[in-house]
Amino acid sequence: MSGTCETIMASNQTLFSYVLRLADDHLILSQRLGEWCGEAPTLEEDLALANIALDLIGQARALYAYAGQVEGKGRNEDQLAFMRYERDYQNLLITEQPNGDFAHTIVRQFFISAYMDPFWRRMESSKDEMLAAIAAKASKEVTYHLRHTSEWVIRLGDGTRESHERMVEALDDLMMFTGELFEMDAVAQEMLQSGVGVDASDLKAEWQHTVQTILQEATLELPKAGHMQTGGRTGRHSEHLGHILSELQYMQRSFPGLTW
Amino acid sequence: MSEAAMPLWEVFIRARNGLSHKHAGSIHATDAEMALHAARDVYTRRGEGQSIWVVRSSDIVASDPVDKDMMFEPTASKIYRHPTFYEIPDDVGNM
Repeated sequence: MSGTCETIMASNQTLFSYVLRLADDHLILSQRLGEWCGEAPTLEEDLALANIALDLIGQARALYAYAGQVEGKGRNEDQLAFMRYERDYQNLLITEQPNGDFAHTIVRQFFISAYMDPFWRRMESSKDEMLAAIAAKASKEVTYHLRHTSEWVIRLGDGTRESHERMVEALDDLMMFTGELFEMDAVAQEMLQSGVGVDASDLKAEWQHTVQTILQEATLELPKAGHMQTGGRTGRHSEHLGHILSELQYMQRSFPGLTW
Repeated sequence: MSEAAMPLWEVFIRARNGLSHKHAGSIHATDAEMALHAARDVYTRRGEGQSIWVVRSSDIVASDPVDKDMMFEPTASKIYRHPTFYEIPDDVGNM
């Protein structure tokens, strides 16, 4: 009896961790995109980036709320999003990379959207009803993110000499953060085996196909996969996350429990 | 952003099935596909649309304000063109 109980506890802990890291991915990326608000090259793109950021915030909220419920310690979405320390965040390193120029922002979003699109589609058949429901909503949103960023990749790559060069640089800079997308650690393995999670390693071929098809049309090439950065899932971040959190958490740290 | 690289487009949105597309505003975009994206992102953020048309503003042929009298004034005095002299049976309802 106690054995069964422990198993449930363990898998709840794993589910919590799995949902939380997904939430962190979306929160941090959304915060990054939000930095463009009022700064984007055109009014139209300002709204486009803000729309994507808001989609991601919506996904993060649903995931944090669910994570809090799974954890069962009474933490709500705000406490999970704002009241943890840097090493507790488990987001992928690519999501915290600086916006750089417009090319870097577009390549980052393109890489992630080309990954999240098949990810959410597969998550729609998760045995976990809540995750399946979140996935059903998210997959429509991310399909647009992928289409929008793909169109930009094509136009910037096959645009002017300067836009092409900037895209080449952005691809070179961000390529080393793509290996982490497909890693399967113990948490991900357990979730996969219990029919809840997605086999991220199995998404690699589809991701490469999507990315290469668009890059080819953009007269660009996917850089050779060299050394890959890793560590986000265990809380080992680049120097950028601390700065993001100081801005992101400021209000809740100054006025704990503040609501709109 | 130069007008040549980012020309102006007019945006028309159909709010619901059965309605016609209505002019919503205009946006700048490099080409037709990006114009559709921009129109979607700028004008349908709050569930306003079921369908979008975009058309290059330069492709629209507009009447000249100078011709206003010639174009529109003559119709003002022809009230018999309005169907206000007919009795509409109750069964027909609103027309």
